[in-house]
Amino acid sequence: MLNFSKINVISIYLIFFIISVFSILNFQKVEKLPIDKKVNLGLDLQGGSYLLLEINSDTLIEEKIQSKVIPLKKLLKDNNLNYSNFKINKKTLNFQIDNIDTFELVFFSKKNNIVNPFIDNYRSFELDYKKSNINEIEVSFSKFGLLTINNSALKQSIEIVRRRIDDVGTKEPTILQRGEKRILVELPGLKDPDRIKKLLGKTAQLNFRLVNNNTEFGVDELASETGEMLKISKRIVMSGENLIDAQPSIQNQENEPTVSFTLDRLGAQKFGRATTDNVGKRLAIILDGKIISAPNINEPITSGSGVISGNFTFQEATDLALLLRSGALPTPLDIVEERTVGPDLGEDSIKSGLTSLIVGFLLVIIFMFYKYKIFGLVANVALVANLLMLIGVLTILEATLTLPGIAGIILTVGMAVDANVLIFERIKEELKTEKSIIHAFDSGYSKAKITVLDANITTLIAAIILFVFGSGPVKGFAITLGIGIITTLFTAYFLARHLTSIIVLKNKNKEVKI
Amino acid sequence: MIGNINFVSSFKKANIISITVFIISILFILFKGLNYGIDFKGGTLIELRTDTSTKASSIRNSLNSMNLGDINVKKFGRDGDYLIKVEQKNIKNSDLIPSIKKTLKNNLNSEIDFRRVENVGPKVSAELLESSIIAISLALAAMLFYIWVRFEWQFSVGSIIALLHDVVITLGLFSLLSLEINLSIIAAVLTIVGYSMNDTVVIYDRIRENLLKYSKISISDVSNLSINETLARTIITSVTTLLALLSIYILGGEILRGFSFAMILGVIIGTYSSIFVASPILKFFKVSSKTLEKDEQRIEP
Repeated sequence: MLNFSKINVISIYLIFFIISVFSILNFQKVEKLPIDKKVNLGLDLQGGSYLLLEINSDTLIEEKIQSKVIPLKKLLKDNNLNYSNFKINKKTLNFQIDNIDTFELVFFSKKNNIVNPFIDNYRSFELDYKKSNINEIEVSFSKFGLLTINNSALKQSIEIVRRRIDDVGTKEPTILQRGEKRILVELPGLKDPDRIKKLLGKTAQLNFRLVNNNTEFGVDELASETGEMLKISKRIVMSGENLIDAQPSIQNQENEPTVSFTLDRLGAQKFGRATTDNVGKRLAIILDGKIISAPNINEPITSGSGVISGNFTFQEATDLALLLRSGALPTPLDIVEERTVGPDLGEDSIKSGLTSLIVGFLLVIIFMFYKYKIFGLVANVALVANLLMLIGVLTILEATLTLPGIAGIILTVGMAVDANVLIFERIKEELKTEKSIIHAFDSGYSKAKITVLDANITTLIAAIILFVFGSGPVKGFAITLGIGIITTLFTAYFLARHLTSIIVLKNKNKEVKI
Repeated sequence: MIGNINFVSSFKKANIISITVFIISILFILFKGLNYGIDFKGGTLIELRTDTSTKASSIRNSLNSMNLGDINVKKFGRDGDYLIKVEQKNIKNSDLIPSIKKTLKNNLNSEIDFRRVENVGPKVSAELLESSIIAISLALAAMLFYIWVRFEWQFSVGSIIALLHDVVITLGLFSLLSLEINLSIIAAVLTIVGYSMNDTVVIYDRIRENLLKYSKISISDVSNLSINETLARTIITSVTTLLALLSIYILGGEILRGFSFAMILGVIIGTYSSIFVASPILKFFKVSSKTLEKDEQRIEP
């Protein structure tokens, strides 16, 4: 085990050198190097906000099932199927029918089925039905129908969340899909996420509806911004979809912050017609079911632009303009997890993490030198090399370093010497019986090999499982622990063994103590 | 340097102690319960820095007026630093946190720096708990399998019993001391599992080697010999690991304190269990050189 061919030695040091060079990249300040890699600091170290959002698709599903009512009734009529007791529930449609077999045939027809289209991706129909009683049928979305609704709502939400966050102008936000219903948002460096949370908490469904008592389309009774109860027609004159731009502005007369908006061609037409037909009436501007204001229509507005006022502060006007520009979310978003760390706590964590790393490192080095003298030095060189390689690998992977990650590095420092301790103790035993020093070292290394491997592989198993199943802080810890085990094996069995062989071969005729 | 200590003679005493502590730990976990942090229970955690004169009672009083349910305020590190925990309620995150911040700003005569805010909803916390339990169980199963492949089944059972011993007693101590269980404690527990297994494997490896070398000696004597031969390594590795952990515990800041404390406990218990739990089990299963030979014959027909 102490014989190294030249190629072996060269490749050992080459591997060590190439990997550990990467660790230096983290400390240089020159920009635009050919290899631009760095260990990223986690949000707990650099400060920032982590938000996990979940789409709440209940209302969306309600709307979607309601939109099936008319086509479904038409389908039944067209096929001469008599139905009775048609009920619209939150997530289901219930009715009674005589001929269930015919119903099934038309309900699950793949040809031009408008009511219940076949989703090719999932090889499933959008709707499903079950018999809840004799002749009673309950129609609801199928598993894959729901999945499709959630999926498209999630995709759309991510896009709008991205627009809103980009508009606020935080640096390097991360916005990712997590599972079927969640969006992960990471905002490094953000001290107070309350404004962004507020912006993401609004769906921003904007509607223009007339104030009148005409019950043709039904009316809602809503409180205006002044508290006055108004009857609002359910008919939507125009909605936020037709907006192409919105900006905060100041009305000159009273210095009042307002939001001015521009409409697309279709919106301008609709808005122009509605305002022309209803001069003198009041038009309510409704955001997420609440009246912002309900001004009088003094004259037809055909220019395709307008102004919303509503006793805003300038900040409110800015935020409303931003929401209108970015578009409406298809569903409300709930914040199901939040972790925010202030920048000064992050700095404190880096400081205490580094201090404990340096102190722990020195303590271990002193102890090893005291215990094994010259071979302690070998183990210590291996330990330094180990640390450089560990940081090097983290840099190559551009891994994210977190506070538990630093703890993982410190723990690696403590446990890394174990491999060398195992080997040295074994050599000590061999020296008791073996006369030849070289033989003693040789068999010490080979006998300890299996033990070192077994011992480290078990810890590696724990690290891998932590990485795969753990979340957040656990993952950061698992990365450094796992990589640390591999670099430990390399430095103990190649670097330290080579250094030991140099010492032993030089002193082969003298007495070597360990 | 280290003499021949007779460990086997104290196995019985140690086993009685281990079993007693193990049972007491289970009783504590079952009846006193574990102090789950917001990661697993849901809720809100706020770490703030105020003037050094601010008292915990004034924070508590100002929050009590908000009717938030169970509130826990405790000092966190230096004077004026506090950790506030609010239990899970059905208030939306986007309403709850700003209103807590506002209340504190209005009621305390001090600059407030909100250093850390964490909020975990009930769904997420349940998922985190579930995935943590899966992770620990899988880690145990994977190691059991690895030892079974590398050694005999008796060794595999012995190491798992030693691991359960370590995990249960560590959690029992956490229950006794009412220390918080959060995600980083789970990481600590899993590392303890890794460390304890590491220690056990080193001794088992030597027992296997010595069983083959001295086929006439009883398992008790082989265990004793093997423990003694590896004792120097056991102690040195525990010392270096504890040095590193103590450094984190003392200098690593408040956030890592619970984590490093769990690890320190685990290293001590894990070292103990490799000698006093894992080894006696081999004797219990009457492991001998024959156990190993039988297997070898089977492999090489």
